[in-house]
Amino acid sequence: MPHIVLRHRDIPDINNLSVYKKNGGFDAFKKAVTKMKPNEVTDTVKASGLRGRGGAGFPTGAKWSFIDNKIWPHYVVANADESEPGTFKDREIMESNPLQFLEGVAIASYAVEANAAYVYLRGEFWQIAKSLDEKIAEMENAGLLGEKLFGTGYSLHIYTHLGAGAYICGEESAMLESIEGKRGQPRIRPPFPAVKGLYDKPTVINNVETLTNLPMILANGADWYKTMGTPDSTGVKIFSLSGRVRKPGNYELPFGTTFRQLIYEHGGGVQDGRPVKAIMPAGASSSFIVADDKVLDSPMDYATVRTLGADLGSASVIVIDDTVSIDWIINKTIHFFKHESCGKCTPCREGTYWMAHLIEDFREGKQTDASLLLNVAKQIQNKNLCPLGEFSTMAVITGIERFPQDFRKA
Amino acid sequence: MSLAKKYPKEVKQILAKYPHEQKRSAVMPLLYLAQREEGYINKDAMRDIADTLEISVTDVGTIVGFYTLFHDKKEGKYRMQVCTDLPCALRGADQFMESLCTNLGIKVGETTADGLITLEAVTCLAGCDRAPMFQIQSRDGLKYYEDMNVDKTMELIEALKNADQEAE
Repeated sequence: MPHIVLRHRDIPDINNLSVYKKNGGFDAFKKAVTKMKPNEVTDTVKASGLRGRGGAGFPTGAKWSFIDNKIWPHYVVANADESEPGTFKDREIMESNPLQFLEGVAIASYAVEANAAYVYLRGEFWQIAKSLDEKIAEMENAGLLGEKLFGTGYSLHIYTHLGAGAYICGEESAMLESIEGKRGQPRIRPPFPAVKGLYDKPTVINNVETLTNLPMILANGADWYKTMGTPDSTGVKIFSLSGRVRKPGNYELPFGTTFRQLIYEHGGGVQDGRPVKAIMPAGASSSFIVADDKVLDSPMDYATVRTLGADLGSASVIVIDDTVSIDWIINKTIHFFKHESCGKCTPCREGTYWMAHLIEDFREGKQTDASLLLNVAKQIQNKNLCPLGEFSTMAVITGIERFPQDFRKA
Repeated sequence: MSLAKKYPKEVKQILAKYPHEQKRSAVMPLLYLAQREEGYINKDAMRDIADTLEISVTDVGTIVGFYTLFHDKKEGKYRMQVCTDLPCALRGADQFMESLCTNLGIKVGETTADGLITLEAVTCLAGCDRAPMFQIQSRDGLKYYEDMNVDKTMELIEALKNADQEAE
């Protein structure tokens, strides 16, 4: 099957404007601006069933329809802060198929009648930001961005904005704070960004992969998109496969592909032929799934993964084999969240600190079980303004509860 | 000398990205610009940016403190930032880091005696499928090095050292 998002794998030099245009590039954006009303674009995206690819899986069209039409101007922000451990898909999209991504930004902007869009990239994507700036300038010269596009009254400018090393800025309200020149700390909601977002104006924030789907959906129609995936999770997803597999990498596959197909057919199986012990389907924020035959044959879509006691999230599938102890894993995830906690909410700031102490004590043999650690993790839950604090407890709680044998010291 | 005098074109371009009444948004790009020359941001640069954006020096300092890619102290010319996060560690990043420390004779967080390399452990860089990997932050910006091993890394450091000596 040809790729839909990772089209550079089928079409060489698609990052070149003339090649991209020869392959239908910007036809969808032009069609939207010249032949469709903004709400018709939203309706098409709603009908396609597209859900946000950044982790939450929220329906994209519905998100757009919440935007407040009594307050102007509107903004679009592309979330290119990709920082979840195990996720490396947006990077490949922006490096290799940047124009389809930018066309997606333009389509989303037209749908919510925004005249300015910001692409918020993590600071480490410094080189990608430079190349996107060049692409944006090319698009302006070609009349694809700027004032009065395609002879209509619609104008659009796209700007890049570089973060500077803070996982929390992937959280949408922290991202807005960061663009406004402040520390990236989440806002109290409501009000939600669709009403009070960037500069207090209605704002839509979408993930890079979500946006890059849009040109193909508009070009081929909602029904075409729904022929792929499952009724609950339509279309294709990029699975970032990492950990103890032979061939880690990004794999664009329809939702509903099984874990076994991803790990064995695409990923070449586990290193040294070991069995899969656990799967973290959503990076460091995952709950652990205990791998068995039934799990391996389960389809990867939002609804099914939930029945396995986890979330699909951004589909950054980390494979853990039987040589790895779960206490070692959660030592890594706890230290990650401790480092990335923004410090605003006490349960998260202090809780991740205490969890780090307790897992170190356990690993050094100062504690013989993990009951206190489990207790602290449970006390952090449901007491934070944003998901970071919650995420920090997922691997801890499910790790201790689902792999008790790894948390007993003689 | 102020940033606006030193880099008039860049400062103008940066300010043009944001609505006129939202100048504060330019603080991060201006800090990157200020960091270009010496690899860190000094008090004068913070004051200069605060004046340009009509915010307090504290507002600027808080940004430098919050974001890990901004530095307020002079360290090595090249900051070698090795990912030791979970996915990379499952592919040998911890062992890679240990050997680097041994080879360079420094601990994580320290700088080589010649002032060339500061070795840092960082969280996920979105290169999990090509571990061991690191980025180098320097005056030239940021660059990724992936599918690395200790030999390749030591060769790279040698090349940086030679280039540095030639430049002087």
